[in-house]
Amino acid sequence: MHPAPSVIFFSVFSGLGFGLLAWLGLGIPAVTGFSAFAFFTIAYLLAVGGLISSTFHLGHPERALKAFTQWRSSWLSREAWCAVAALVLMGIYGLGLVFFDSRWTLVGLLGALFSLGTVFTTSMIYAQLKTVPRWHMPLTPLNFLSLSLAGGALLAGQVQSAVVLILIAACLQIATWLIGDKRLAQSGTTMASATQLGDVGTVRAFEPPHTGTNYLLREFVHVIGRKHASKLRIIALILMGILPIVLLLLPFNHIIAVIAVLAHVAGVLTARWLFFAQAEHVVGLYYGKR
Amino acid sequence: MTTLPQSTDKKLGLVIDLDTCVGCHACVISCKGWNTENYGAPLSDQDPYGADPSGTFLNRVHSYEVQPEQGAAQLIHFPKSCLHCEDAPCVTVCPTGASYKRVEDGIVLVNESDCIGCGLCAWACPYGAREMDQEEKVMKKCTLCVDRIYNENLPKVDRVPSCVRTCPAGARHFGDLGDPDSDVSQLVLERGGVDLMPEQGTKPVNKYLPPRPKDALPEFDVLAPFLEPVIAEPKGFLGWLDKALEKI
Repeated sequence: MHPAPSVIFFSVFSGLGFGLLAWLGLGIPAVTGFSAFAFFTIAYLLAVGGLISSTFHLGHPERALKAFTQWRSSWLSREAWCAVAALVLMGIYGLGLVFFDSRWTLVGLLGALFSLGTVFTTSMIYAQLKTVPRWHMPLTPLNFLSLSLAGGALLAGQVQSAVVLILIAACLQIATWLIGDKRLAQSGTTMASATQLGDVGTVRAFEPPHTGTNYLLREFVHVIGRKHASKLRIIALILMGILPIVLLLLPFNHIIAVIAVLAHVAGVLTARWLFFAQAEHVVGLYYGKR
Repeated sequence: MTTLPQSTDKKLGLVIDLDTCVGCHACVISCKGWNTENYGAPLSDQDPYGADPSGTFLNRVHSYEVQPEQGAAQLIHFPKSCLHCEDAPCVTVCPTGASYKRVEDGIVLVNESDCIGCGLCAWACPYGAREMDQEEKVMKKCTLCVDRIYNENLPKVDRVPSCVRTCPAGARHFGDLGDPDSDVSQLVLERGGVDLMPEQGTKPVNKYLPPRPKDALPEFDVLAPFLEPVIAEPKGFLGWLDKALEKI
């Protein structure tokens, strides 16, 4: 799949933002007044910034409101509802904390629920796709949710929780990669099933439909970046997992904490880039590619 | 509504004969022509006369080389367009309701004025049947020429999809695959028509007729094995040359 920067930035930063909102909604850390304002500003910048970046890949962003209509069947529509519900609820909750020094617990809990719901619905947009076997598994939502919770804990300054959650997220990331590598073969979709010519003999793509490229090849058959995939996996794992954990275990210092956050974000961005670049869409089989 | 109908009154679709298709791409051209000049946004091209041309097509013809265990390889031309699936995954993923499957005839369509161009339906389609138009930024797909098949301004013979009308080899057939007595259903039954990627669970309406088995070359004469074999060794000057070269 084509790793579109807008979608990578959206899913990583909104994942972090909603992860932080979830922690704030649970009352961890129990901030009020100005420090609450600072935390909520960071969370909203990440979450809303991510959402705005996601509209850049739309052909007609001016019609984006129509995306709220099909929540009965579409995960993308459900994501839109969850995001708005989370932002409104957490906005009300934040208002209470910042200006009235009062904690409306129920609003916060609901806000946290919808924040994680947003991350879950985002992941289901990918996990629902049978056409991309690497994504079509329960590990995809677990991968997204664990990274969001870990990143949220990191931003919320919850050192102990962050260490544990980053460790869990890193393990789930490794599992996602290793199991994901086998998914296309396990799906049973091959050139023979795509063309139904397997009974005649071994199928080879002889001539593509056009001499040039097309939308399908640009969007679904991205092979350039796969060359360095295993190196990038190690880099991603060091940046998102090992480095932040080591830094968090050192005596606490604000500069070290900032470096831990930056390393983690860079690692998650790398992993998310690989999530797209390594994903094989079955339509590639019609072109003899994957 | 992007939920799928429980059932459709008709299942209009195509039957494509891989035995007959000659790979001329006439269906590709006629499809592009009709669907550029008629219903919906035109199918644009980018850099059509330049170094890197590409464009939107609703129908594309692949060619495959198939090597049997024994005998010569076969070249099979393979037209591919929307299969108007019964369980169309492209419809249910649509967040705006722009994609829908019609209850009356099962045709899968896009309401272009509702399409936000998110591309998710193209991701959900295993067949590559949907393409985002780079000029209009909306999703384009085969309409089964919905503006031809019911068009009473056209002579009756033209009330079939443009690709079917054009095919010079008669490799494309159009009809109601929900009616077991229709010509297309009978053809599918007779020739063992198949679904593409059945494991994807999309239940395509369009069917593909596999190529018929090739004839084996007949023995020329029952006495042929008893005939004196033709001498393969060269004689005369070539024979001398052959031997001389062997010795070097």
